[in-house]
Amino acid sequence: MATEFHNLQELRHSASLANKVFIQRDYTDGTICKFQTKFPSELDSRIERTLFEDTVKTLNNYYAEAEKIGGQSYLEGCLACLTVYLIFLCIETRYEKVLKKISRYIQEQNEKIYAPRGLLITDPLERGMRVIEISVYEDRGSSGSSSGSSTTSSSGR
Amino acid sequence: MKNCEYQQIDPRALRTSTTRTSSTLPCGRKNSQRLRKKWEIFPGKNRFYCDGRIMLARQCGVLPLTIVLIVITSGLFFTFDCPFLVRHLTIFIPVIGGVLFVFVIFTLLQTSFTDPGILPRALPDEAADIERHIDNSGSSTYRPPPRTKEILINDQVVKLKYCFTCKMFRPPRTSHCSLCDNCVERFDHHCPWVGNCVGKRNYRFFYAFIVSLAFLTSFIFGCVITHLILESQKAGGIIQAIQNMPASIVELVICFFSIWSILGLSGFHTYLVASNLTTNEDIKGSWSSKRGEDSGNPYTYNNIFTNCCAVLCGPMPPSLIDRRGFLPPDDAPQTVTSDAELPPFMAKNDTNMEENCQDFALSCTA
Repeated sequence: MATEFHNLQELRHSASLANKVFIQRDYTDGTICKFQTKFPSELDSRIERTLFEDTVKTLNNYYAEAEKIGGQSYLEGCLACLTVYLIFLCIETRYEKVLKKISRYIQEQNEKIYAPRGLLITDPLERGMRVIEISVYEDRGSSGSSSGSSTTSSSGR
Repeated sequence: MKNCEYQQIDPRALRTSTTRTSSTLPCGRKNSQRLRKKWEIFPGKNRFYCDGRIMLARQCGVLPLTIVLIVITSGLFFTFDCPFLVRHLTIFIPVIGGVLFVFVIFTLLQTSFTDPGILPRALPDEAADIERHIDNSGSSTYRPPPRTKEILINDQVVKLKYCFTCKMFRPPRTSHCSLCDNCVERFDHHCPWVGNCVGKRNYRFFYAFIVSLAFLTSFIFGCVITHLILESQKAGGIIQAIQNMPASIVELVICFFSIWSILGLSGFHTYLVASNLTTNEDIKGSWSSKRGEDSGNPYTYNNIFTNCCAVLCGPMPPSLIDRRGFLPPDDAPQTVTSDAELPPFMAKNDTNMEENCQDFALSCTA
């Protein structure tokens, strides 16, 4: 029973927060920023598995691009060292540019895919890059039956 | 069983408060109260200046002493030794000295004032979610979360510890600094000389600081010795020379005592950089082969050059604590502070609480 929302504003004003799902970090490749692509069971009835996995994989690719160690990052590092790191006050680093791209991507995904299904992704940067927080909203009109079902599903785990 | 002061987080109680705050948009709407910035309610032991642009540990240690020593030694050098050496040797001596001095001061200030890689504390929802995943036996008697979680990194087993203060499992290489009361990523050590932790974001500044300081002290030491030799030739005897240049003797003494420790420290950190280790890991022997297990450092690239480049020239991650961001207008601080529900006199007993919980956990598993 997918609740239909037409935009993010409508979502925020007419829905109530039922639950939050947290996608944790995946440390198998070291300390680079990467999130687990395992599909959480709480979202089973809300969104298709492939859409979710695509979102997380794209985010992981963006973070890998930001943290990539290669020619450009060495150049940035050496230039920064020569200018006594004052260059960090003046120019935007590659990491910051990629974070802006990520923020735009999340906004776009929320508008096109997640908000119509009553979900909202929070940028991991706002959670200290620890988790991807997905807020699950229920329509206030049907909140009696749907929040009841969400609590029964959580206690039955 | 001891009475543990650790408070379990009730997700149902949180949901009403978070619903209220998450449904408001922080777009700076005009209220009767001024919109506060996040640094004003930061739970760690840090001090903020210039509206959150500059941050220091609350215990800034001997940072003023470090600055005074460097400035006085360099000042004496430029005032008393440089004129003599310029006349007798070359103009490049004060130029090189000046460049090194500027490098040392800037890197010192950047090490001290930069966020070392502090992880913001877990919000109540997130902390409750972690607890729910751990405590899924559904027992009615409450027990604190187990302290470790094992994961595989590059085929090596690594234990992640649970931080009772920040209410989250610490990422690998992260450690909680008790002096600053923050979890810091890639925690190296808390340096009293710079008055801040050294972590992921400011390690390159710290390394540049100690290397340039090693060069500066060696340079000043060498120049003062040269000055002493030339002066003793002119004045006819070393005792006479020493009497003629008291300021230079002060510099000589300061440099002589500091050069050993600074050169040693630079050498040690060069070794750490080349093997992609932190001081914390090296001291604890986390990846030492003496442990008898088949453990090696899972983070190394197995190539000295790559390790150096990754540590020193890698991308600069952003600060995660967003100190100058605005708080939402209904501003109940959402982070779970360890003294959230304790009376004020208990606020300082965080370490005791953690020890009590450790004992409790041990007694449970015994």
